Order: sequence, then C-alpha cells, then structure tokens
Amino acid sequence: MSSSAETDGTTPKYLRDKYAIVGVGETPYVRGSGRTTRALGVEAVRNAMADAGLDNTEVDGMLSYSSGDSTFAPFIAGDLGIRLNFYMDCFGGGSSTEALIGIAIGVIEAGMCKTVAIFRAMNGYSQVRIGGTGARSAAPIVGDQIHQRAYGWQSAGQMFAPTFMRHMYDYGTTPEQIAMVKVIHSEHASNNPKAYYKQRYTVDDVVNSRIIVKPLHLLDCCVETDSATCIIVTRAERARDCRHHPVLIQAVAGRVNKPRMDLHYQAGPISTVAGHYAKDILWPNAGVGPEDIDITGSYDAFTFTTMLQLEDYGFCKKGEGGEYVSNGTMRLGGARPNNTSGGHLCEGYTHGMNMVIENTRQLRRDIDDSCPIGPDGKRQHTYDYGEGGCRQVKDPELTANLGWAMPGTGSAMVMRRG
Amino acid sequence: MTIRADYLGMTLTLEDLENENLPYFRYCAAHDFHLQRCVACDLIHYPPGAACPWCGGAENEWVAVEGKGAVHSYNEVHHAIQPAFKAHTPYMVLLVDLDIQKGQPSEHEAIRVVGNLTTADGTLAPPEMVKRVGIGTRVRMVFADVEEGFAIPHWTIDEDADQPEPWRYPQE
Repeated sequence: MSSSAETDGTTPKYLRDKYAIVGVGETPYVRGSGRTTRALGVEAVRNAMADAGLDNTEVDGMLSYSSGDSTFAPFIAGDLGIRLNFYMDCFGGGSSTEALIGIAIGVIEAGMCKTVAIFRAMNGYSQVRIGGTGARSAAPIVGDQIHQRAYGWQSAGQMFAPTFMRHMYDYGTTPEQIAMVKVIHSEHASNNPKAYYKQRYTVDDVVNSRIIVKPLHLLDCCVETDSATCIIVTRAERARDCRHHPVLIQAVAGRVNKPRMDLHYQAGPISTVAGHYAKDILWPNAGVGPEDIDITGSYDAFTFTTMLQLEDYGFCKKGEGGEYVSNGTMRLGGARPNNTSGGHLCEGYTHGMNMVIENTRQLRRDIDDSCPIGPDGKRQHTYDYGEGGCRQVKDPELTANLGWAMPGTGSAMVMRRG
Repeated sequence: MTIRADYLGMTLTLEDLENENLPYFRYCAAHDFHLQRCVACDLIHYPPGAACPWCGGAENEWVAVEGKGAVHSYNEVHHAIQPAFKAHTPYMVLLVDLDIQKGQPSEHEAIRVVGNLTTADGTLAPPEMVKRVGIGTRVRMVFADVEEGFAIPHWTIDEDADQPEPWRYPQE
C-alpha cells in the first residue's frame, strides 16, 4: 500500500499529531501483590502523573477497562484528589488500550475534559486468573456458552488454537519459527530490570516445554502477573509543558472486527485475523506504512498472536509471518524490534498497556534499562544489546502497537516522536 | 421450563427464554441435527442465533442437516483448565466444515460445527484415536445424551469414508 493512500477511516486525519501521550506509569510486575486493585491503580496513576509532571488539578478525565476484576475509575480518582469531568469504565481486555486512547482523543476533542488518565489494574495472578483457572473454570455454563465451554473450549489458548493450527496448515509455519518470538522477547526482557522473567530462552527450550494445548507449549504462553499500568493523553500543545519529549499519536484503530466476531470461525479464512481489516484504517490515517515503522509492539498473549498480527498488518506478505518473526528483524539491533520490554511473554501481563508504555519510552529515547545515568540525569545508552545491557533502540521516530483481544478483534496505534 | 443438567460434572443451563438454543438441543436429543435456514437468503447458519449472520434476515426455519464433514482445524488439549476435563486429556476440539454449504457464501466459508472427538457413543475419544485425527479427517456427527430433551453434538471418525492422510501438528 502506498504510504500516502487516503481512505475513509475512523479518525479524521486532521487529528493526526494533535494528541500526545505525556505520562506513563506502572507498579512492579509481581505474583502476589498483597494489595487491592484499587491500591495498585492509585499507584500507577500517581506514577504516570509524576512522569508527566501533572498535579491532581490537571487530570480531569479517566478511562479504564476490566472484566469484572478491577476497581472503577471514580474510586481511583477519589484516592488521588482528582475531580473528574469525565470517566468511563469499559468491559474488555486485550485490544482495549489503543481503543481507549482513541476514546480519550474523542472526549477531549468533544470538549468534555482536557486530560485523560487511562488505567488497567489487575491481580491477574493472585485474584482473577487470566488463563481462566480457579473458580471461573468450574462456573455453571449457561445458554450460548454451551456451544463452547461444554466442549472444554474455554481458555484463550484453547479458543485461539484452531486459528494458530490452521495457519501452520495453510502456510507451513513451523513450531521452531514461532518459538523465536519467545526467544527474542526473552532476550529483550533480560535487559529490562522490571521484567518478571528475565531469563533468556532458546528455541529448544520452547519446543521441549510441555504441551498445554496444541500447538501451544508452556513457553508459547504469556505470564500471569499482578500489576497496574497508566497512560495519560492530552492535546499536543499541552504536552509541550510536560516533563518529557512529547510522543504524538498519529492514528488509532479500535476494536476492529472480522465479520461475525462472536464466532469468527464461521466467516472467512480462520488463519486471517482482525489486523487484516484494521490495517486499512491504521495506515491511511497515520500517513505512513509498515515499512516506515522503527519499533513494533505486537500483542504477545501467545507467540502466535505476535506473528499473526505482524503478518496481517502488512509487515510481511500473508503467510510469511513465520519467516518474519524468526529472521532477526524483530530483535533489538534488527531492522524493526518488537516488544522491546519482553512483552506479555516475559515482562508481565497487562492486557496491552505495557507495550504502549514501552514504545512511549522508546520514542522519548529514555528507556529504563541498566545503562548508566549521566550527569544530565539521563541514561547514557550504549546500544550494546547483550544480556543485561541496553534496550534503547537507536533514534526511533515511529512505532506501531498492535493490540489483540482474539483472532476476530484487534486495535492498533501509530505514534511519532514529536 | 429451565433445563439444568449435569454433563461430565459441569452444570449446563438453558433458561426457558432460550428460544433459539432450546429447539436446537431438543433436535439433538432425538439424535437429529437441525439448524436454522434464513427465509430471506436461504443460507443455513450455526450456532443458533436470533437472526441470519449472512444477510441480517429475521425469519428462519429449522431444517434437517446431514452431520458429515471434514476437520477444518482443531486443538488438542493436554493441560485441561476445567475440572470436568482433567481426567480426559488429551482431548480434541474439532472445527468441522459441513459438506452442505461448503464454499458458501464465499470460497473461504462453510458451516463450521464444533464438537469433541468422541467414540460412536459420544464418549470422549481415547488417546490412540486422538492420534489418528487431524485437518482433513472425514467425520460424522454423534450425540452425547445429557438428559431428557437435551443432548450435545460431537464428532467421530467416519469409518465408512475414504480417509485422506490427515494433517497433524508436527510434534507428537
């Protein structure tokens, strides 16, 4: 696709570069936080406000998403002394991050508020397990759920597996190619002091780990953690008064669906995912194409989800995702690194937030690795990507985040260094 | 009347307002597979729904459908999440392209009906049977009786069909 292609999309192009991410924050990625999601959420929002240099009179909007496993925005705002002019708590998980950033732009543009804090607070390991284990796994099965859960078809891995399997059948994708996603993300995580798993893995480690649900081995699946994360969005002109170099939003695509998203296996090729449709909104609105992107953040609930999205957003030809994720392109030092924090496979699971946080810091060129801090208070990045070293990409200008809820639903965002 | 039934230790519930699911499972209980056909566009759809997903048509009629097809994709669960399935691993969830309406409304579409791989009596398949099945395997529908007026459809190997060499995940 031509990078100047103009098609109808959800974001009027006059909003390109008019909004910015000015603050990001998180709590540590742990298993067993020992705190409520309310306490976690308050800390993450406070950290993001401090990161932005905003006080509690300067944030007046709040958005969050959850699936009955979190604390609503007004409680978080109340604990921070924030008086809200707008808030909304949405149902949902993966793919919500970019969608809610788009909603934040919309409500600011509508004049409903000026600055929006988006948070996700979850005890995804110690309370509501994302993998569906624990009390949720034995819940009564009602109505339409019978067509899935009565067959032992319930967890994310179980539900997505037919798409992963069919991609291998349609295109010859191999387990070893897919394992490279974990290998590369684990290399990145080894340079991330925040990562829950900092150990580096090999292809053999992945393909010899036990099968959970074919084609997924244990190490093809992401980590479950307890954490809260926050992203603050405001107008670009306000961003200039904030602490960090502005990171501008070029385009968002939010919860774009395949046909028949409720049971996408009924419609179209099942080895194609929602990115196939979202790309026709994302790239024209951003005014750039995949070839222009320096860093990707492709949702890695599983190794396969990273591959499928990179492929369907056009970072390689359809069917060549296995080659793309295994040829070194997406490694730090490669042409287009992916999930430089280690992502959900290694850093921690936040339903997509941490990949946007990571790319924001990358575009500030101030990633929080172990490089020494210089006299100006900034890290002196070495660009040595050996274990325990640097993870700052050299002079990035453009990033793309590709958010996944399920094969049939995805969101995306392009950001630019301001 | 609400149906509340036990199946493999799971509680399955159908409220009396389930006007789409109740007839579907009632036909299954007679070991007779029926799906809704849209009166407007004549296409059959699955699972039961309030309207036609292909054209939006509101009216439909129940029609008998032959439960034969080929495996379009599958998963094979080795680590069960639900307690009901812990004693039955590895078990397979099959996504089966029905022969009727294959390639409609587009070449990439078919009615894709979910079920476990089971023996002919609807019991979850033993491990040696799981190893014989992959993409392309010809299967026929069987039913697991849950209680009066309620059975759920499953798939078993169609022993009368010419079987292609199935595609299976490369690692055993």
